[in-house]
Amino acid sequence: MLNKVNREIPDDILKDKNYKPFETTEIGNPETTYVAHQVKVSQGDDKLVDSIPDVIAKTGLKNGMTISFHHHFREGDFVFNMVMQEIINEGFQDLTLAPSSLTNVMNDMVIKAIKAGTITHITSSGMRGSLGDFISHGGLKDPVVLRSHGNRARSIENGDIKIDVAFLGVPNADAVGNANAIYGDAVFGSMGYSLMDAKYANKVVLLTDTIMPYPNTPASIKQTEVDYVVKVAKVGDPDKIGSGSTRFTKDPKELKIAQTVNQVITHSQYFKDGFSFQTGSGGAALAVSRYLRKSMIEKNIKASFALGGITKPTVDLLEEGLVNKILDVQDFDKGAAASMASNENQQEIDSSWYADPNNKGAAVNQLDVCILSALEIDTKFNVNVMTGSDGVLRGAIGGHQDAANAKLTIISAPLVRGRIATVVPDVTTVVTPGDSIDVLVTEVGIAINPKRKDLIEALKNVPGVPVYTIEELQKRAEAIVGKPEKLQFTDRPVALIEYRDGSLIDTVYQVKD
Amino acid sequence: MEIKHTALAGTLESSDIQFTLSKGDSGVEINLDSQVEKQFGKQIRKVITDLLAEYGIENVKVRAVDKGALDCTIKARLIAAIQRATDTKNQPNWEVLG
Amino acid sequence: MERLRRTMMFVPGNNPAMIKDAGIYGADSIMFDLEDSVSLTEKDTARMLVFEALQTVDYGKSELVVRINGLDTEMGKADIYAMVKAGVEVIRLPKTETADDVVETEKVIEEAEKFFGIEVGRTHMMAAIESAEGVLNAPAIAKASDRLIGIALGAEDYVTNMKTHRYPDGAELSFARNMILHGARAAGIAAFDTVYSDVDNTEGFNHEVEIIHELGFDGKSVINPRQIPLVNAIYAPSEKEIRNAKDVLNAIEEAHKKGSGVISLRGKMVDKPVVARAERTMALAKASHLVDEEGNIYAE
Repeated sequence: MLNKVNREIPDDILKDKNYKPFETTEIGNPETTYVAHQVKVSQGDDKLVDSIPDVIAKTGLKNGMTISFHHHFREGDFVFNMVMQEIINEGFQDLTLAPSSLTNVMNDMVIKAIKAGTITHITSSGMRGSLGDFISHGGLKDPVVLRSHGNRARSIENGDIKIDVAFLGVPNADAVGNANAIYGDAVFGSMGYSLMDAKYANKVVLLTDTIMPYPNTPASIKQTEVDYVVKVAKVGDPDKIGSGSTRFTKDPKELKIAQTVNQVITHSQYFKDGFSFQTGSGGAALAVSRYLRKSMIEKNIKASFALGGITKPTVDLLEEGLVNKILDVQDFDKGAAASMASNENQQEIDSSWYADPNNKGAAVNQLDVCILSALEIDTKFNVNVMTGSDGVLRGAIGGHQDAANAKLTIISAPLVRGRIATVVPDVTTVVTPGDSIDVLVTEVGIAINPKRKDLIEALKNVPGVPVYTIEELQKRAEAIVGKPEKLQFTDRPVALIEYRDGSLIDTVYQVKD
Repeated sequence: MEIKHTALAGTLESSDIQFTLSKGDSGVEINLDSQVEKQFGKQIRKVITDLLAEYGIENVKVRAVDKGALDCTIKARLIAAIQRATDTKNQPNWEVLG
Repeated sequence: MERLRRTMMFVPGNNPAMIKDAGIYGADSIMFDLEDSVSLTEKDTARMLVFEALQTVDYGKSELVVRINGLDTEMGKADIYAMVKAGVEVIRLPKTETADDVVETEKVIEEAEKFFGIEVGRTHMMAAIESAEGVLNAPAIAKASDRLIGIALGAEDYVTNMKTHRYPDGAELSFARNMILHGARAAGIAAFDTVYSDVDNTEGFNHEVEIIHELGFDGKSVINPRQIPLVNAIYAPSEKEIRNAKDVLNAIEEAHKKGSGVISLRGKMVDKPVVARAERTMALAKASHLVDEEGNIYAE
């Protein structure tokens, strides 16, 4: 059947997997019941385990179970490959892999585990590179389930994802399981995503290269949640965890887009004392923080909080007193990670607090302004951050669907990239519905969602910022690059894109080569 | 028009395309390697074939490595390669270009 | 009304990515370069790239200029023919020494226009002056052809020729700048200042733009899009200047309505130069997004 964003959702998937088709971005006030996890009572004296094989044995891991990891070490992760290799070696079969996301450094191992029959199901925020290619070419029988960070939290709470064993790498821990990510060699700042696993998995294993004296505080993951602690040689490569130094982009196109994003923000009704924002990562996002800083100083406006993935420029705003608080679910660079230790106003939040649609109120619901990126955006303002223009999986939902519920959601993207149009008649894959997108900013001008009459009025006379309809921008992109041939897919689904409420918003099919 | 010798034009930078033309004896043989093969492969081949026909080049081996070039860049690079392969680089063929 | 030429952005002629994006930065003029930024082995490929781009890419309202190789090179003639055929608005001569250089180039342009059946005179010209000889001949160069829309200082070669180099205060260029400016004004055409190559030195760049703005140059050559807003900011009129310009233009309108030939404002006669300056101020204000299309000042 066709869902509300006009995507054909196969009936057998709706039936077999008990899905509802996507209906609306409104969550409402449903009642829900969270599932509980098993607890094997411990006095805390027997948690320290010598090796990964030993800990796998102790957790009672069995074929068919669900295992989880976090991706806070990003491209510097050593833990996933160490643990997964051992699980493959021991011949486990038919496991579900449920990490917070998958980074490139994990790709080869995931493919190996799939080929060995060790992993037969995957749910993740996204996937890229060789793994995305492998899955898009039909490498896994069961379609991958792709969920936003908020949706993963929701799914863990209500049991859609039931984690049997969580393997969580941490830069430090004591022998009883108190851990944080602000001290040690491989610091990554906020432990946001992994806190859900620690709270809800039946068995929680910490892996660390630094054992601290008891009690190890501040404790983000607490001893009450942890079953085992394993000391390994090294959990990660500090140089690859986040971008080292923050360099502002010098790309004139990115700068122009960033400047326009800032003008959109400052001319909107939300730019007033006490406003809140989320900028994300990437060159243009960093440049936005710089322009925003200048505007805030000029207008004597301070923000109540900055949310989401945090970068050093955002921390600088905090230290300058331009932002009162940071709600921090992950840190994108060393500067932001390091400052968690010293800034009491940089609050670590878990992914439920950050973005969960089914709790008693998440931070994204309080958010005024949010800047997001896009691989593609269509004339209905639907956004794709998951598949490339060749139809292959190469992205992650991240917090996109969640943060898009801000009062002013801005997509910042170039009109075209190389010969590929960003603004298209129909996105290859709908990830975030156009209903939650308000303004598209490109290097040639902006387009405003027609349902936002207030913004159309507020932004109609911004000096140097031409307003187009999104159809005009799409035609302009097409005039530059030409009309692409339609992509060819088989009728076999390789990935299911959930909306944050757990309904099905789109299906990704195997590409035809 | 005859290809006199092998000639190359264009670069492997983003948004560019690099052509290598060499003598052939069995019509126009195109070997295209493009980042956007799925979306624009047919269109790129059409631009190449049409332009070679306008120059009256019937036998040629075309090797093209495309990094997301627009049609105008593809044409420009192919024209330059043809001019080089036919020793006419400062004598543009205004009958074709005009 | 004469067009604004605050910025002339240099774009290397053999770079497809930069050529493709050149139109998005709001440069008043875009100058595609076939000369110094293109290596000797790639002159032919750059020529065809600019030839195709000029006929395909939408550059909006920007004036399109191509700097060709001189007629003393084997590329010069083919460059002119290709650019005339592609319909470029302005052909820029490099290293102009004498009025004859302009006349010679004009001949080839006219030949090309006739060859392609294009209206003779449609292709405009500008001349870059890059030597002591050229600077001394600036007034004659500026008057050498009706096709000329402006002359420009090319300081890199000039300072070498003068046995000096660039300095932050610009003293080494003051004679050349004044000469070129006077030559241009006497001929009634535009004057462009040279490039500033230290792209990351905003302060130094601003200082130089302030100098040439005060002197009276139409604008500055820029080598990076990031320099464009800096120039525009310095060329933007103040609110007081805008209000005064509006008063002048209103006074003219009033006088026309009354059928009065004499225009006065606050007891002073409004003469032709005052009107011209008011019109230019309003044009700059519009281009700087300080007033809307009707000339109303945006409320900030």
